[in-house]
Amino acid sequence: MSDLVRLDLHALHVELGARMVPFAGYDMPVQYPMGVLKEHLHCRAAAGLFDVSHMGQVILRPRQGAEALALAFEALMPVDVAGLAPGRQRYGLFTNAAGGILDDLMFANRDQDLFVVVNAACKAADIAHMAAHLAPAAEVIPVTDRALLALQGPQAGAVLARLVPGTAAMRFMDVGTFDSAWGSLWISRSGYTGEDGFEISVPRAGAEGLARALLADPAVAPIGLGARDSLRLEAGLCLYGHDIDTTTTPVQAGLAWAIQKVRRTGGARAGGFPGADIILRELHQGPARLRVGLRPEGRAPMREGTPLFAADGTPAGTVTSGGFGPSVEAPIAMGYVPAALSAPGTPLTGEVRGKRLPVTAAPLPFRPPTFKR
Amino acid sequence: MKYTKDHEWLRVEGDLVVVGITEHAATQLGDVVFVELPEVDAMVAKGDEICVIESVKAASDILAPLDGEIVAVNEKLAENPALVNEAPLRAWFFKMRITDLTELDDFLDEDEYAELIG
Repeated sequence: MSDLVRLDLHALHVELGARMVPFAGYDMPVQYPMGVLKEHLHCRAAAGLFDVSHMGQVILRPRQGAEALALAFEALMPVDVAGLAPGRQRYGLFTNAAGGILDDLMFANRDQDLFVVVNAACKAADIAHMAAHLAPAAEVIPVTDRALLALQGPQAGAVLARLVPGTAAMRFMDVGTFDSAWGSLWISRSGYTGEDGFEISVPRAGAEGLARALLADPAVAPIGLGARDSLRLEAGLCLYGHDIDTTTTPVQAGLAWAIQKVRRTGGARAGGFPGADIILRELHQGPARLRVGLRPEGRAPMREGTPLFAADGTPAGTVTSGGFGPSVEAPIAMGYVPAALSAPGTPLTGEVRGKRLPVTAAPLPFRPPTFKR
Repeated sequence: MKYTKDHEWLRVEGDLVVVGITEHAATQLGDVVFVELPEVDAMVAKGDEICVIESVKAASDILAPLDGEIVAVNEKLAENPALVNEAPLRAWFFKMRITDLTELDDFLDEDEYAELIG
C-alpha cells in the first residue's frame, strides 16, 4: 500500500466516506456512501464530481513554431492536429507500427502550446514516447503542479457557471483558461460519461477549495471510479487496457471517426503515422473484427473475459467490458466479434459460469450523449 | 441466528435452515443487480457454490453451509435483486433441510461474528 500515490484530495475523499482502492498506482475513491448505482444515476440526473488527478497532464511547448509541433504530433497519431483551431480540443490515439493503440488521449490547441491529457496507467510511457519523438519540435513538459477534476451531468453547466461565469459560453470540446479564487483554471467542456460537463485542471493548492465549492452545490455529489466505469460503458466509450490496447487497431475499435479525412488515403496529409499501412487498408477494406455493443438477454451480467460464440457455436471473440447499466436498467457489455457477426441484432451467446446464454450485438452507445454542441 | 465465516446468516424455521447474507456482506458487495438461485429439491453438499450474486462491481457466490436438500428459494430476489441491499436480514435466498439441526452449533454466534468483521 505504501507504494500507492495519494491524491491531493485524499483527506476530502476519506471525509466524504469514500472506499479507497488501488488503481494505476494511485489510491483512488471507488465509491462513496451513496453507492455505485445511485452515484451513476445522480450523475445522469444532476451533476457528479470526479477526482481524475491520476491522469497525466502534459504540455507540448513548440520550439520551432506551432506548425512544426502539429506535424510532429501528427507523426504519432492518425489524427488531424494541424487543423485543430485554437481554443478547441480533440480525441487522439497513439498508434504503433502494427496499427495497435498505445494509448488514447485528449489534446487541446491553446495557441501558445498543446495541452494533452493521457491515461494514468500509460502516463510514463506516453511521456517517454512524446519526448523521444517530438524533439526537436517540442519541449514535453509533464504538469505535476495541478490536480484534475471532472464535473459531469446535466446540471454541470449551471453549477460551474455560478462559480466560473465565463464557462457558460463554452460548447462541447471548447477549452479556455479562467481566473478564479482557486488559481488559473484550464477548463475543457468534455468528459468521459456521455454527459455534458467539464474537465478542470486546477493548481494543487486550489484543488480542495474548488472541490468543496463544487460539492457545496446541492446538485453535485462525489462520484467514484465504480460509477465512472458504468457511465462510460453506457456511453460506449473505450477504457484503455480493456477495450483498446496494442492488439486492437482504431478501425477495429470503432474509432475510425477519430481519423479525419485529411489523414486518410487521398487526404492532404494522408498516412505518415505508425501503422498507417495497416490502418488505412482497414479503413478501405473494412476490419476483420469490430468492437460492438452487447445486450445479454437475461439479467446476468457478462463481464470482461466472457467468451462469445456465434449461433452455430463457433468462437466469436470476447467481452472486453461488461456489467450492469444503471440507466439502461439491464446488463450491457462491449466486445470484439468477426465483422460478419457485428451487425446490430446478430444473435450470439456468451459463456457465463459454464452456461451459454443468449446475447445480441447492439449499436453503441447504449445511451445517446447529451453534449452541448 | 448463526453466522458463517463467509458472511451468511442462518436462521432456524421449524426443521428448516433459512440462509441469507449479512448486512456487512451486502455493503461490501455493493448494489446487487443479479441473483441466481439454486433449484428446489436439489441435494447440495457443504461448500458447494449454489447461488450467484452479481453486484455492480463483481460476481460472488453463496456456498451451501451444510449438506442438505433445498426446499424453497426466494424468487423475489431474482425479480428484484435490490432487496438484498435494502434489507439483507429479510432477503433470504433459500431454505434447506439438514439431517441434524445441532450441526448449526458449530457456526458463529452474534458476538463471534461481530468480532470477525471488526
